[in-house]
Amino acid sequence: MQIYLPIADMPVNIFLVLGMGLAVGFISGMFGIGGGFLMTPLLIFIGVPPAVAVASVSSHIAASSFSAAINYWRRRAIDVALALMLLSAGIVGTGTGVWLFTELRSLDQLDLMIGLSYVTLLTIVGIIMIYESVRAELRARHGQPPIIRRPGSHTWLHGLPLKLRFKRSKIYVSAIPVWAIGFSIGFIGAIMGIGGAFLLVPMLIYFLRVPTATVIGTSTVLTLVTMSSATVMHAATNHLVDALLALILMVGGVIGAQFGVRTGQQMRGERLRLLLGLLVFLVGLRFAYELVVRPDDLYSIRRVGIL
Amino acid sequence: MTMRPLLLFSFILIAAGATAARAERLVVSLSNHRVQITSNYVGEDLVLFGTVEPDPGKTTRPGGYDLVVTVTGPRQTFRARRKSRVVGIWVNADSREFVRVPSYLAILGNRPFAEIADADTRRRLQIGLDNFLLTQRIGADFGDTVRDDPFRLAFVRLQGQQQLYYEIPNAITFLTPAVFRAAIPLPANAPTGSYRLDVKLFAGGAQIAQTNTALEVIKAGFEQYVAEAAVNKGFLYGLVTALMALCTGWLASVVFRRD
Repeated sequence: MQIYLPIADMPVNIFLVLGMGLAVGFISGMFGIGGGFLMTPLLIFIGVPPAVAVASVSSHIAASSFSAAINYWRRRAIDVALALMLLSAGIVGTGTGVWLFTELRSLDQLDLMIGLSYVTLLTIVGIIMIYESVRAELRARHGQPPIIRRPGSHTWLHGLPLKLRFKRSKIYVSAIPVWAIGFSIGFIGAIMGIGGAFLLVPMLIYFLRVPTATVIGTSTVLTLVTMSSATVMHAATNHLVDALLALILMVGGVIGAQFGVRTGQQMRGERLRLLLGLLVFLVGLRFAYELVVRPDDLYSIRRVGIL
Repeated sequence: MTMRPLLLFSFILIAAGATAARAERLVVSLSNHRVQITSNYVGEDLVLFGTVEPDPGKTTRPGGYDLVVTVTGPRQTFRARRKSRVVGIWVNADSREFVRVPSYLAILGNRPFAEIADADTRRRLQIGLDNFLLTQRIGADFGDTVRDDPFRLAFVRLQGQQQLYYEIPNAITFLTPAVFRAAIPLPANAPTGSYRLDVKLFAGGAQIAQTNTALEVIKAGFEQYVAEAAVNKGFLYGLVTALMALCTGWLASVVFRRD
């Protein structure tokens, strides 16, 4: 069944888009991520203009992260204080990112920058995740006890001033790395059109030693707020949010996410991280392939303006 | 601008009168002047009907007529970009701007254009995609390039892949020597705006009459409502979309609640 999208200006098969929402929703529920780094390329692949895809996906992520956030809230798995600290820096990061986005676009090199940042970030993060989880898997197989990161274990980051106590997460850390992480996630998210949860979760675990109990719930809150405000910003400035496309995506997404959460809870943490690492790495490779291999068509056209 | 068609028309009348001492009149009618894009729009096939009316007291020409219909969509500016390899990575290195060119361009005929008129006439009257004037900005200059310019070729090819630029030499059928019917396929991604149809009548390799008509492609109903809200009330539209997202998320968590 075909349906015409009013902002993307094209008809799409409603079941195809619903199916994509379900599939990405399943993955996002399973790993506790927004799934923007999967959904945006998929939409571009079926012919949605990239700018409309980025803008509409943000509202899709807002929906699935709100549904997830409610679940985590009920389980008392959200550290509100930590989330607020991250957000205050995240908003500044988003503003900086949007500014750079506009600058690069005027230079006609935005595609390249997006491609390069996808490749760099996804492959590096993917490799780190695969390495970590394989090592944990091997340790478990050899009968060695897994490395337990106690909440109290320290790194040099814990020596920084401006210390704050986050009760729910049972951590006592400096505000500087918290702000730095919040800022970089906001910045990267604005440039790449992603929520950034797949980056935020490992950062919170490795740098701040946030316990597993609160890390995903807290990162969901950050995703929820940044993506909701991104929806409003994109709609107000560029008029690029396709509400109909977003609605189909989010209906599929929230249903898929519910099943994803159940599947994810049945798997061990290390195995889950290995799978996510592989997924992130493969998407990164896909972008690298596009940059390195000679494209089928060297030419492309872009509508500059209605004059 | 309004003077030009008129001038052209009188010029044609004079020219036709001078050479053949007779003039035909073209009467055309379009099946639909307002194409409405609704949520189930997947493109539309338009039909143009018309007759050739000879001068009173005269009959149609024994040699028969030829017809070329040019449909041009709203004019837009496009940038064609070419990738080349820089330090192992393919980047957009070169670009060319096509200024105020039709966003939709269909050139239809009743037989191959080469049989309708000679190369010189075709170029002068912009018959065929090769001869259509596509203005490019080259440095500080504006102008069309040679027809085998790589950017021009790529632009026409890419627009063709989107079914926005095409020529169909057999889209027009003469039902009788003077009555014709032209099929114009409007694709699903046809841009909204006003479209112009130029109908040119040929006999013996020369243009003897021409007329034009127009149609409009507009969004209607829900599609129109959403598109207008997105442009005119962007902030409110964004808030509503964000709220819709929150409601969907909340509903899902209620529906699927297990405890």
